[in-house]
Amino acid sequence: MTRSSTNSRAKVTIDGNEAAAYVAHQINEVIAIYPITPSSPMGEWADQWSAEQKPNIWGTVPTVIEMQSEGGASGALHGALQAGSLSTTFTAAQGLLLMIPNMYKIAGELTPTVFHIAARSLAIHALSIFGDHSDVMAARSTGFSMLASNSIQEVMDFALIAQAASLESRVPFLHFFDGFRTSHEVAKVEQLTVEDLREMIDENLVRAHRARALSPDRPVIRGTAQNPDVYFQAREACNPFYLATPTIVQNVMDKFAKLVGRQYHLFDYVGAPDADRVIILMGSGAEVAHETVEALTSAGDKVGVLKVRLFRPFSIPDFVGALPPSVKSIAVLDRTKEPGATGEPLYCDVVTALAELGIQKKVVGGRYGLSSKEFTPAMAKGIFDELKKPAPRNHFTVGIRDDVTHTSLDYDPEFSTEVPGTVRALFYGLGADGTVGANKNSIKIIGEETDNFAQGYFVYDSKKSGAITTSHLRFGPRPLHSSYLITKANFVACHQFSFLERIDMLKAAEPGATFLLNTSYGPGEIWDHLPRTVQRQILEKNLKFYVIDGYAVAKKTGMGARINTIMQTCFFAISGVLPREEAIAAIKHTIEKTYGRRGESVVQKNFAAVDAALSHLHQVPVQGKLTSAFDIRPPVPAAAPEFVRRVTAKIIAGEGDDLPVSAMPVDGTFPSATAQWEKRNIALEIPVWDEELCIQCGKCVLVCPHGVIRAKVYDEKYLAGAPPTFKAVPARWKEMKDKKYTLQVAPEDCTGCTLCVEFCPVKSKSEVKHRAINMAAQPPLREPEAANWDFFCKIPETERQNLSLSQVKDVQLLQPLFEFSGACSGCGETPYVKLLTQLFGDRALIANATGCSSIYGGNLPTTPFCTNTDGRGPTWSNSLFEDNAEFGLGMRLAVDAQTGYARMLVERLSSVLGDGLAQGLLTADQSTEAGILEQRERVAVLKRKLEGMRTAEAHGLLSVADMLVKKSVWIVGGDGWAYDIGYGGLDHVLSTGRNVNLLVLDTEVYSNTGGQASKSTPRAAVAKFAAGGKPTGKKDLAAMAMSYGTVYVAHIAMGGSDSQTVKAFLEAEAYNGPSLLIAYSHCIAHGYDLEHGMDQQKAAVNSGYWPLFRYNPNLSAEGKNPFLLDSRAPTVALKDYTYNETRYTMLAKSSPDEAKRLLALAEQDVTTRWKLYDYWAHMPVNGGEKK
Amino acid sequence: MIDLSKTIDLSTSYLGLKLNNPLVASASPLCEDLANIRRLEDAGASAIVLPSLFEEQLEIESDDLDRFLIESSERSAESVTHFPEMAGWVRGPEEYIAHVRACKKAVKIPIIASLNGSTKGGWLGYAREIERAGADAVELNIYSIPVDPDLSGEQVEQRYVDIVRAVKEEVRIPVAVKLGPYFSSMANMGRKLDAAGANALVLFNRFYQPDYDLEALEVVPNLILSNSHELFLRLHWIAVLYGQVKADLALTGGIHTATDVVKAMMAGAKVAMMTSALLKRGINYLDTMATELLIWMGEHEYDSIKQMQGSMSRNAVPQPAAFERVNYMKVLSSYSMR
Repeated sequence: MTRSSTNSRAKVTIDGNEAAAYVAHQINEVIAIYPITPSSPMGEWADQWSAEQKPNIWGTVPTVIEMQSEGGASGALHGALQAGSLSTTFTAAQGLLLMIPNMYKIAGELTPTVFHIAARSLAIHALSIFGDHSDVMAARSTGFSMLASNSIQEVMDFALIAQAASLESRVPFLHFFDGFRTSHEVAKVEQLTVEDLREMIDENLVRAHRARALSPDRPVIRGTAQNPDVYFQAREACNPFYLATPTIVQNVMDKFAKLVGRQYHLFDYVGAPDADRVIILMGSGAEVAHETVEALTSAGDKVGVLKVRLFRPFSIPDFVGALPPSVKSIAVLDRTKEPGATGEPLYCDVVTALAELGIQKKVVGGRYGLSSKEFTPAMAKGIFDELKKPAPRNHFTVGIRDDVTHTSLDYDPEFSTEVPGTVRALFYGLGADGTVGANKNSIKIIGEETDNFAQGYFVYDSKKSGAITTSHLRFGPRPLHSSYLITKANFVACHQFSFLERIDMLKAAEPGATFLLNTSYGPGEIWDHLPRTVQRQILEKNLKFYVIDGYAVAKKTGMGARINTIMQTCFFAISGVLPREEAIAAIKHTIEKTYGRRGESVVQKNFAAVDAALSHLHQVPVQGKLTSAFDIRPPVPAAAPEFVRRVTAKIIAGEGDDLPVSAMPVDGTFPSATAQWEKRNIALEIPVWDEELCIQCGKCVLVCPHGVIRAKVYDEKYLAGAPPTFKAVPARWKEMKDKKYTLQVAPEDCTGCTLCVEFCPVKSKSEVKHRAINMAAQPPLREPEAANWDFFCKIPETERQNLSLSQVKDVQLLQPLFEFSGACSGCGETPYVKLLTQLFGDRALIANATGCSSIYGGNLPTTPFCTNTDGRGPTWSNSLFEDNAEFGLGMRLAVDAQTGYARMLVERLSSVLGDGLAQGLLTADQSTEAGILEQRERVAVLKRKLEGMRTAEAHGLLSVADMLVKKSVWIVGGDGWAYDIGYGGLDHVLSTGRNVNLLVLDTEVYSNTGGQASKSTPRAAVAKFAAGGKPTGKKDLAAMAMSYGTVYVAHIAMGGSDSQTVKAFLEAEAYNGPSLLIAYSHCIAHGYDLEHGMDQQKAAVNSGYWPLFRYNPNLSAEGKNPFLLDSRAPTVALKDYTYNETRYTMLAKSSPDEAKRLLALAEQDVTTRWKLYDYWAHMPVNGGEKK
Repeated sequence: MIDLSKTIDLSTSYLGLKLNNPLVASASPLCEDLANIRRLEDAGASAIVLPSLFEEQLEIESDDLDRFLIESSERSAESVTHFPEMAGWVRGPEEYIAHVRACKKAVKIPIIASLNGSTKGGWLGYAREIERAGADAVELNIYSIPVDPDLSGEQVEQRYVDIVRAVKEEVRIPVAVKLGPYFSSMANMGRKLDAAGANALVLFNRFYQPDYDLEALEVVPNLILSNSHELFLRLHWIAVLYGQVKADLALTGGIHTATDVVKAMMAGAKVAMMTSALLKRGINYLDTMATELLIWMGEHEYDSIKQMQGSMSRNAVPQPAAFERVNYMKVLSSYSMR
């Protein structure tokens, strides 16, 4: 059936990832994936649809398989293609790089497939999850065709066009679109029908693909090895296919146009037919240029934009044919950078194309939009203006200020092409408060219930606790090409009152705009509680100002603290986009769709909240006077270091875009100890120490995930000048009983997680709910406690060499060199990282796998890794996800090499240095803190001596002298790294026998990318790619490592036994060989209140699910059993542990029978493993004798 | 040997249902399993009350699920969600309803379903579904612990009455009301519920009062199985209410021996319900009790259960004051004289 009418196709409001996945899932049979931002949702959609048994156009349900890495996914895909299936994958960035080896093979074998890529920046000087073309450009020599989509509609259309063209041409396709800007933008599009897909996919070509497949019924050999005699010729044999591809793609596009009505070309030109200036580019930026060109041409400018669709194979005739002959100057924009090249790829292609045809045009190249840097109409206009110049700048940049090599173009940032009549709304919400979800629903309602075009885009800051989310919603009667953030809003909503003093959100409000604020202050009292800047903007811009006490409505209607649907209702009421009754009916409909599966009571409570919202919405009569005595607070205190004030503060304030190139480190190196300056004040309540009740056990200090609870024992003299509320009591240490003890909370850095209170073992004898540490409202405590904190920080640290590091009580006195991270409030990983830095931080090198720990560890603006008073602290780096064990091993090798070199030079120079010093340095016992301190003192003496010497050997020794002090190499990462993508490397590193310490922060799921199953995910738990409960058991990584016999292995859970945890860290570090610590880390992805995280850890241990044990090869050497089982046989039922967590209950609620079946198997897993471990713990050593 | 079962009539009626004997298996984990339901019938239970469908269970579980799914979402650009879309819908009462249906198929004795809640919420609608599933009656277990000092006794009582009325409007099958003893005027409360349409009053609910763990200084749940001492409170109020209300009376809590059953009947109960005795001694204990009941009745020359029902109710004894304050004072003084 062929149709040209578009009327019967559904209009859907979806994002780019869903659009691509929709087509890919319909056409393919085998989908091999691995999660990576921003492409993960494509795989997740595919998995969900297959789980729901949605068939493809062939009537079968596609098999979706999650692999251990993108390398694995591409290998599986390659095999599926070779065996004759239609197969696809989705990836981005480093994931695509890992697929490149297979991509060469797939292309070399002329195998039709489409890879859908949410194009993302590569990890270079820094990782970035955001969008540009550096990944796809790195794959352009693989032989894949490359087709670029610029908008959500194009993503759906080109996903199909690419598939059809690939089948016909036999050339595999990379179908790419901009990560985040297109992959995550929600827009109204016309959905292709199953009939469209069937019409476009020629079954004969599919049969031809199958006929070429490997089959023992018609065997062939593929993948041969070739020699110099024929390899070259064979490589050229594919040429006809590449030559034919552009025509095939255009024919497919034409067929698509006949069927669907949207006509695309290999190169599409928009603008004046007689343009003299043209911009050439691909991706979402082309939409921005499109909007700019429409605005400029309507004002009479002779400008145009050429959108490149098919980038590979690059068809020179089609390119030149699409370019207006009148054009005089051309700017080619690349969203990537190739340092040292003659220009970026698209620029080079354009130059070559014109040169090959002998066409003389002025062509300049420029870079834009790296890592989702905004590309706006103002920038496009700036480029057109540049092209007017007789000698426009070549190799320019736009969108940044390059004050170093002066590549950047100037432009007028106020230039705007926003279409009048378009509603532009900005919403500021708190991460995890449901604002984004409600706004996604709003844009769906507007897209699907009205004739408006609609677009939604959502921005998060880089913290996992207390994050600010910004929703950008546009809708109006005209098509939207606005692939850029809203900077001129006619509606601004602030869902969190406290944000007003953090960010200048009304900066983006247009004159006459509406401002909606969620606040407990009523319309008559709110004015004086607004910061001065907010008041001024309301007055100067004559804003219409509304308030609602969303929390009161939420509480009244049983919604707890959830205000999202309440605020959504207010938005619809104020904006008037739909008649009120219709809007409410539509909101309720989406509530049912979104939350219905979770139970009727959830739906009913949301309905009640919607119904109650409008009676609490009030317009504020604006007074006309600036009355406020306070203002938006500065991002960092004045006392911060220069770099923090100059650079970090701008990033914190959301003004990082304004930083010039010169402000940036040239090699990605940043100072540590910066989180302390970012006072986020996100806790509503903070812990308060009851010094009378406290037994000074240090457990609260140990578990605090954010390093905000500190303890010191010190001489009384340091109390001189203490603030009035500063608390100090006699220290409860036998050997330090004459000293004072203080437990201090950092009030502005605490996230209010309450883990400390839950973990406190002390209860008041007169009121048991009162503990030695208790939560109290933060605002009244903020100032006095901040003063106390500052005073506390000035008190000298307790001397380490006098402490017993194996005691939790003493560990509290060790300064953490990891503080105030942006991890989730109550994070289960960070207490381990903090402990690591307390014990070994002043001599630690940390290799950190990509994941949550690399994000809270190293995502700008600040880092939680910090230094002690000597300026020492952990040095930290993140290489990649997959190579972390190897990366850390490399650090060890370097340390060993330099230590060896230093020792050699000490020996050589011993006569000059003095034998005593040399001998001391060479024979130092550094197994204790005191020993290390002594060695540091020797090294200090050595350095002083060396500074006066002028020999090459002395200079050499000076450069490596610090290596004479023992270093501690830590390799840190999550289970995704250790169990899956990095397992091969981890295993190899363990086999080397080198002295490295691996810390696996085991959350049993890919936490950072959004909860995908790993091989650590336990049986019966629900995760992405295991929506029906993980059917298989968790891999026993510890047992695998123990099989070497030479690896120190410990299975730890701080909530199960904090002393065992501390002991394991110390033993691992002391073991002169590889050590593996597998640390139970509760996580937001487990689905419960994390304040109970340590209780859950205890339950995990007591149920036998997470046995505590240590395997110490040193004990074998002593003839003892190396395996020590530190926990007791199970005392609680497995379900009493698992069914406290949503990851398990979700299945029990929706599929009770399957949940029961999996639980029974999981119970068996526990029993079997316990029996095995118990046997090991009692296994005979040395010929049968039990030890 | 004489077969007493041929000469002594153990039958009774409850909620308009004809029962072979007064021994009813009350709600317990035993009744969750279909095989046990069959065993209970085989052992001689004359009816079975199924475990309750809990109002809170349904609501709290859904609300928690929703909360944790929301709170684990929108945390960062990378992890917009942390859980997959739910594979299915949260089960409401479907599972319970299916169990009712299965039990009805499995046995011939009446099946009494049970609803447990304390507010007049949407859960009352489940009563109709229970009826559709074939339950012979529904037992409303109104488990309210009024801790709000602003809530008056009158308001609490009215809430009970409202709930009973609401359920009566939903269903045609008989409705029993199981309640606790903590009312200022138990007899008046019984009458109010009677007037609201309750077809039976089940006396009394056992409040699971928590215990203290003195080492951990924690309040811990506490489930102690009943014993015969708990019988007396029930006997007392059944004896008082007998004849005062149209509703049938059922005694639950403290039935452990055949003589306990006899006492219950004499006070005025139509049936004696058992949970703890069966949990302690097993399902077959029902058979033993029935035999012992027959023996006792044989020895004491009773022809039928009906004959003894209410025979020692407050109005049937020569000294009704035994159930009043006078008796209370006598007991205390006799205690102090020991």
